[in-house]
Amino acid sequence: MEDLKLSQLTGSYPFLTPRSSSDHPAVNCPVENLLELAGALKEREGFDLLSDITCIDWFRSSPRFSAVYHFYSSIDHRYLRVVVPLQDDEHPRAPSLTGLWPAADWHEREAYDMFGVEFENHPDLRRILMWEGYDWHPLRKEFPLAGHDTELPDEEIRRESGTRVIPAPMEGGPFAASQERGIMSRSEPRGADESWNESKEKPQ
Amino acid sequence: MTIPGDEIGYDSRVEGGVVTSRLDAAINWVRGHSIWPMPMGLACCGIELMAVGASRFDIGRFGSEVMRFSPRQSDCMIVAGTVTYKMAPAVRRIYDQMAEPKWVIAMGACASTGGMYRSYATMQGVDRILPVDVYVSGCPPRPEALLDAFIQLQRKIAAEPSAKNLVPA
Repeated sequence: MEDLKLSQLTGSYPFLTPRSSSDHPAVNCPVENLLELAGALKEREGFDLLSDITCIDWFRSSPRFSAVYHFYSSIDHRYLRVVVPLQDDEHPRAPSLTGLWPAADWHEREAYDMFGVEFENHPDLRRILMWEGYDWHPLRKEFPLAGHDTELPDEEIRRESGTRVIPAPMEGGPFAASQERGIMSRSEPRGADESWNESKEKPQ
Repeated sequence: MTIPGDEIGYDSRVEGGVVTSRLDAAINWVRGHSIWPMPMGLACCGIELMAVGASRFDIGRFGSEVMRFSPRQSDCMIVAGTVTYKMAPAVRRIYDQMAEPKWVIAMGACASTGGMYRSYATMQGVDRILPVDVYVSGCPPRPEALLDAFIQLQRKIAAEPSAKNLVPA
C-alpha cells in the first residue's frame, strides 16, 4: 500500500527520487522543487500536517547539508519523509514553508539555530534555543560537544558576575565515577569512552 | 528554639516573665523559621520541589510554605534544575532583586555541578554565578533531601552573627 503510494508520487512528480528507508516512505527532492512539492502535498495529496523539520550534516561530503521534512496525513494516517540536499556547504539555504504550514516557523528556527540553514522568506528567522549573538551552530559536526569559550548573553550580568561560558569538562564523564564493568547501572558504557577529552585530541 | 548550640537561658523562678537571650539568637530564630522560598524550578527537580510544598511532605513544618514568585518577598532561592547559559543571567538577576538577607539552595546534580549535562549549553554548577549555601545531591533529590537541606540551612542561619551584620561596618 505504501509502496504503491510512493510510486504514484514519483510518477506524478518526476523530480522525486525514491530514498531507502526502514520505516516511512521517503523521497529525495531537489531544493528548487521543494515549494512546488510542498504545495502539492498539502493541497492534493492530503498531507495536512507538517510534523517535523530537521537537518543532517554529512560532514566532509558535498552537498553537506540535507533538510529533512516529515509530513503527516491526518486523512490517510501516513507519514512521508522528504529529504532535500542543500546547495551551499557553508551557508545552506532553503525556501521556508511557513506560508503553507505555520508549524514550520519554529522548526525552521531550530534548524537555523542548530545547523545554520537560512530559510528564505521566513517571517522571523531568529535563534530559538541558543541566544542571539552566539557565534556557532552547535549541531554541526565540527562543533565540539564541550562547546566554545565565549561570553554570557547578558552584558550587565557578565560584568557583575565575571563569569564566562566555558567548555564543559569532558574528562571522566558524568557516568564514569566507577571503573567497574558489568552491570549497566554501575558502568555506563558512554562514560568509559575516554577516546576524546581534554588530554586526548579528538580522533580524525 | 530547638536548634543546638543556641543559648537561651530561662528560669521562671528567678526571672519571672523575662527571657534573656543573645540578640543573634533571637534574630536567627525569627529568620530561620520563616524562610520564604523563591522557587526557581528549571527542570524535573521543580516537580520534586512541588511535592515538598504539598501536604505529604509539607515544607510548612519548617516555616517555608510561603513560596513567593516575587523575588522582593523571598529569602531563599531554591535553584531546582538545569541552569543553561541562556537562563543563567535571568537566575542571577532574580537573585540580585531579592532583599538581604538571602540564601541559595542548589537542588540536585544539575544545579550543583551541571549534572549529566556536560555540554556546550549547560552552566557547570549555579555556584559560578550565585553564592550557594546548601547543595543537595540527587537526580532529582527526594523531597526528604530538600527538607534536610532546609534543616541544614536553619543550622547555618543559627550560627550567623546577625546582630553584627545589622550595623554597617
